Amino acid sequence: MSDYAIELKDVRKSFGKAEIIRGAQLQVRRGERLAVIGPNGAGKTTLFNLISGRFGLSSGDILLNGSSIVGLRPFEINRRGLSRSFQITNIFHRLSVYENLRCAVLWSLGYRYAFWRPLARLRDVNERADAVLEQIGLQARRDALAGVLPYAEQRALEIGITVAGGADVILLDEPTAGMSRSESDAAVDLIRRMTVGKTLLMVEHDMGVIFGLADRIAVVVYGEVIACDTPQNIRANPAVQEAYLGTHANEGAVA
Amino acid sequence: MSATLPAQPMPRTAVRTFSPARALLWLASVAVLILAPLVFDSSASLTFLTQLGTLIVLALSYNMLFGQAGMLSFGHAVYSGLGAYFSVHAMNLAAAQALPVPLPVVFVPVVGGLAGLLFGAVFGYLNTKRSGTAFAMITMGICELVFAFSHMFPKFFGGEGGVSTNRSYGEPWFGLTFGPQIQVYYLIVVWLLVSTALMYGFTRTPLGRLANAVRDNAERVEFIGYNPHRIRYLTLALSSFFAGISGALMAINFEIVGSESLSVVRSGDGLVFAFIGGAGSFVGPIVGAILGGLLTIKLSDFSMAWQLYLGLVFIGFVMYGPLGMVGIATSAWRIVRSGRLARVLPSWLGAIVGGAMAVAGIVILVELAYAHTFGPQKAVIALQVQALVGGSALAGWILGLVLFSAGVAGLRRASRAMRSALEEQNALHPIPSRSAA
Repeated sequence: MSDYAIELKDVRKSFGKAEIIRGAQLQVRRGERLAVIGPNGAGKTTLFNLISGRFGLSSGDILLNGSSIVGLRPFEINRRGLSRSFQITNIFHRLSVYENLRCAVLWSLGYRYAFWRPLARLRDVNERADAVLEQIGLQARRDALAGVLPYAEQRALEIGITVAGGADVILLDEPTAGMSRSESDAAVDLIRRMTVGKTLLMVEHDMGVIFGLADRIAVVVYGEVIACDTPQNIRANPAVQEAYLGTHANEGAVA
Repeated sequence: MSATLPAQPMPRTAVRTFSPARALLWLASVAVLILAPLVFDSSASLTFLTQLGTLIVLALSYNMLFGQAGMLSFGHAVYSGLGAYFSVHAMNLAAAQALPVPLPVVFVPVVGGLAGLLFGAVFGYLNTKRSGTAFAMITMGICELVFAFSHMFPKFFGGEGGVSTNRSYGEPWFGLTFGPQIQVYYLIVVWLLVSTALMYGFTRTPLGRLANAVRDNAERVEFIGYNPHRIRYLTLALSSFFAGISGALMAINFEIVGSESLSVVRSGDGLVFAFIGGAGSFVGPIVGAILGGLLTIKLSDFSMAWQLYLGLVFIGFVMYGPLGMVGIATSAWRIVRSGRLARVLPSWLGAIVGGAMAVAGIVILVELAYAHTFGPQKAVIALQVQALVGGSALAGWILGLVLFSAGVAGLRRASRAMRSALEEQNALHPIPSRSAA
């Protein structure tokens, strides 16, 4: 099996005449935590949409654990062990927190589209949903409708839904966006706990979060990965400073 | 894949589905069903009750699509209607002893259900590839298609006159001939209970829950490993099964099926009943079918304008009570339970009085208008109104207008007061402690 959890080979994506992703190359090692950064409109979220199957590629190849996932639907990619969260909270708002989590674990436990057995008797589903509920710290909100939760709790639920199915490659799109400092610290802690032993790709703007979590950083500018290295090396990389931080950026601006 | 989640002691088991109050309510409903013919023992009442039973199954099956899976269908009558046609033909074949196996009339609903399931499985596959508005339009197209088809094949569909049958064919089944209406009533009660139990069970299965997830956010479902098309498809097929059962029950009750049973108009009944009762809850469509049944079947004895009233009730719910009767009752109960009844009671009473006045005003105006156009003998209520105001039509018009305007003014006042009371309540209790089942 390939050493890489995810591999992008000359990935291109055009919307009409506009080429948004222009030959992106990326190799994500199994078990590492990689932050994807870049200016607004650089194509970070588009890259996530391509990897997770939300959009189709224009050309190039994407490998998940060594085999190509190009042309697969999102649910097929998910079944191969890749799960993602969304920048805008994307949950089942008229279901309770607990039901959100139960839905998220059903496929991985092999229940498919069963309509002949009651959920209440599926011990493994309920235990797994309870375990995730505890990990994301929402036991007190178990039976509350997901749609009426406060923002930070909805974000925690979103992460819970993303990891509940047991996928070993996790993509998080700006998990701490719009959070206060303390909420964001709690979210980092949650992400760290929930992704132990998994491969994590994360779009993020908050440098504190990135330096706290990431093993490596990939910098995306104008639809290309211009650098992918450890945080220290990225900070020192002149190409990154020029393209992303502006030529006059100094160390302080990054930290 | 599950190895990454650490094993933790469970704080509690998830099985907490039994609620004594709810069980009692269900038992009481069953008792009412069984005892109702003792109270309403006239033949007209019995026919009406039987019809209500079939409408409840129809509304519940419609809500599997609409309320539970977010699929707005204008073509549900395709499945109930075809279920009815296949049942009638099965009964006629059984009566002629042309079937390979004996088919007592009690099992005819199985035929109707399977016919519904079959056509649901065929039409549904294409139909459920789309969701939302496109889905709704395709259902309507399929309904028109099948309706047109029914006129092209009079041999099967019976042309103008429909296909008739006789439900008391063959040997009596354990002494039951199903000739008398009371036997048919209990036959339908049994099927109503079985169908309701099965449809309720469906809401508590993996597929039932995933249907809710597709309703809420179909795109997210794709990212938890599920194909939303497949979920919609299976749900539609199962819903068609129960629609077919309701069609079979109607066929047994009326002993005749016509092509109007396949029409878009008939499809609308399921939507109207489920909506006015409350599509957001399981029992909503049951309540809606009872109210809707009263409006469509009983009201037509008293007024020519019954369809207009049904339409107004529907519009009223869409605009002012989108949660339906059960939804309104649930939020009212929540307010009572939170101890804020005293705070909202004046505005509630105001709303009830205002609403009653506005309704009375509308009814007087509508009935007088009908009497004016079709002659007084066609509008019984209008005659009574005129008698009330001393035989003068003008006085009747004025009374109607005054009642209507005063009622609307009262409603507006009450709704303002209610809104501020609700906002206060929401500020104090931002998160409902339990999800709406």
